[in-house]
Amino acid sequence: MNKALLIILSIVSMAVGAAESKRPLKHISVDIFDTESVRRGAGYFANYCLGCHGIKQMRYSRIGKDLKLNEEDMRREFLFGDSKIHDYVQTAMAPSDSEKAFGVVPPDLSLIVRARGADWIHGYLTGFYADPKRPFGVNNIVAPNVAMPNVLWEFQGSQEPVLASNKGVPEVVDVRLAEPGLMRVQEFDRAVTDIVNFLAYVSEPSKLERLPLGKYVIAFLIFLTVILYKLKKEYWKDIE
Amino acid sequence: MASEKAKALLEWVDERFPASKFVEDQLLKYFAPKNFNFLYFFGSLAVLVLANQILTGIVLAMYYKPSAELAFDSVEYIMRDISWGWLLRYLHSTGASLFFIVIYIHMFRALFYGSFKKPRELLWLFGMVIFVMLMAEAFMGYLLPWGQMSYWGAQVIISLFGAIPVIGENLATWIRGDYVIADATLNRFFALHVVAIPLAILALVVLHLTALRTVGSNNPDGIEIKKNKDSLGIPVDGIPFHPYYTVKDLYIAGIFLTIFAFIVFYLPEMGGYFLEHPNFDPADPLKTPEHIQPVWYFTPFYAILRAIPDKLGGVIAMGASIVVLFFLPWLDRSPVKSIRYRGRIFKIALGLFVVSFIALGVLGTKPPTVTATLMALVFTGIYFGFFLVLPFLPSIETTKPVPDRLTEPVIPLAKREGEHWRLLEKAIEAITESSAYRKASAQVLAVVERLENLGRK
Repeated sequence: MNKALLIILSIVSMAVGAAESKRPLKHISVDIFDTESVRRGAGYFANYCLGCHGIKQMRYSRIGKDLKLNEEDMRREFLFGDSKIHDYVQTAMAPSDSEKAFGVVPPDLSLIVRARGADWIHGYLTGFYADPKRPFGVNNIVAPNVAMPNVLWEFQGSQEPVLASNKGVPEVVDVRLAEPGLMRVQEFDRAVTDIVNFLAYVSEPSKLERLPLGKYVIAFLIFLTVILYKLKKEYWKDIE
Repeated sequence: MASEKAKALLEWVDERFPASKFVEDQLLKYFAPKNFNFLYFFGSLAVLVLANQILTGIVLAMYYKPSAELAFDSVEYIMRDISWGWLLRYLHSTGASLFFIVIYIHMFRALFYGSFKKPRELLWLFGMVIFVMLMAEAFMGYLLPWGQMSYWGAQVIISLFGAIPVIGENLATWIRGDYVIADATLNRFFALHVVAIPLAILALVVLHLTALRTVGSNNPDGIEIKKNKDSLGIPVDGIPFHPYYTVKDLYIAGIFLTIFAFIVFYLPEMGGYFLEHPNFDPADPLKTPEHIQPVWYFTPFYAILRAIPDKLGGVIAMGASIVVLFFLPWLDRSPVKSIRYRGRIFKIALGLFVVSFIALGVLGTKPPTVTATLMALVFTGIYFGFFLVLPFLPSIETTKPVPDRLTEPVIPLAKREGEHWRLLEKAIEAITESSAYRKASAQVLAVVERLENLGRK
């Protein structure tokens, strides 16, 4: 084996070993392959988000296929009203109505996880706190003065801001539970993670194909490269 | 029997078209220096990426809709509803970034071994025009997904034309076809991206290769192999391009494609550098993103633009940073081509130039804080300083004697002169003697052995 190559590979393997022994940073681990979680997330989405937010790049049928739900399941859990199974998932609310109600048109969430990141969505959905100055009585620590009400409040309960003084001006640095809701903290966290998993799946459904396929393609290419290397060696024998 | 028929067919063709002659001239009797090292594969890799971009681009163009209304959704349609659409799109988007990595290394190689010097001035100029065309191609292609960064990036760059005195504003409007980036801009960029510029690039690649075949490849020693010919007129240090370099290029292509596939399947966004996160928000002319930055391959030039406090001055500096490269063959007057035989001062200057280019690239991705702008200004100074000192180097540097015949592709560490190489030697020694390294290398060797045995059974 080539000595330079051996040195490089060994250093990389040492670095990987060092990285593994360190404790990982706390962040939301998204798993779109956890079908159960994505299904639960889809349920929450249909009941609590779809009223205002569409995911217009997705078809109901694609969600059904990827989450292994037949049309009957889809009609019971996700597809309400008179939409057809191959329709795109759009919100029933007219943009003009939502603009009247909230002042802004709620964004389409098809790519929200790719645009903002899963950690942001999780922080946002768990970050509402009581603020009597806002029209819906809540503000958000991740997105200050956002127009959206806390649609999950009955599960989460209500939160209050933790204030700290920043050069004499009070600033919201954290939130804490003021009044518990229907779910315990861990339960609510799991529910939000389910929604994040679903939205992450919706952001890139092809990931379900892409990740499992990658290892075969790379294994084949490595095999091909080894053959081509042997071929090169054979031809170059008389030069070297 | 079959081979006789094939021979007859080839004869039939050769009477009407110089097929055999072409293969003979370009591959069998084209003699390339025998000591090419890894820096010499990026030319053929660029052709490979170009082919990838054209093939994937053709299929993408079948589904993409060049209209402000539909463009963003049509890209997502390709990603979701077209069979293998996601793969084609990622091959195309990853290919764009890898194209620039390959081209930057290819150009660096020319600087390193003086490949732009006499008689290769035209070869360099054709290459430079390809580089400029490639930047235009990438810039226009980046508008097509019609995301926030597509839109605002194009808005910022095209508004730069407005800085040109007198005609500026009209010129910018003429390019856009509207007063802001709009449907008209998207449509014409699509036309240029899929027809005009690819045609120009293909034609220029033909010119670039024709010039290369005429003057012959340079090599890590910067010696003209044509000066040493045997009795048959064949360069003694040359080997036929085919089969030697065709098989070597194939094997290198295998390595490259493996890396390519790894990115496509596991890191298509490359942490927001190959596909920027804000570009997953559809273009909104009423909402400016907090921080507008071009894709990573433009950031060195973008940093130069921002470093100059005056808008027109910045535009001129950015333009000059590319134009000055065209003059390289006439700025570097040293008769010695390869860095191997050039003086210490040239090595330092080139090193600083490369560091400043990379540093400008990093700074271009960061928000323009006071320190960042100051640093960008310093590195811009070094970037241009390199070209300023280049003509004066031959009079102060002491070059080493250039040998008559080719030497190694890569000079072994032990043969190199200079304290830093001794230091590197010691560092490698320290690493290879550590117990952690011995454990790791034993593991690597065990895996390799297992893989080799796998093939034998």
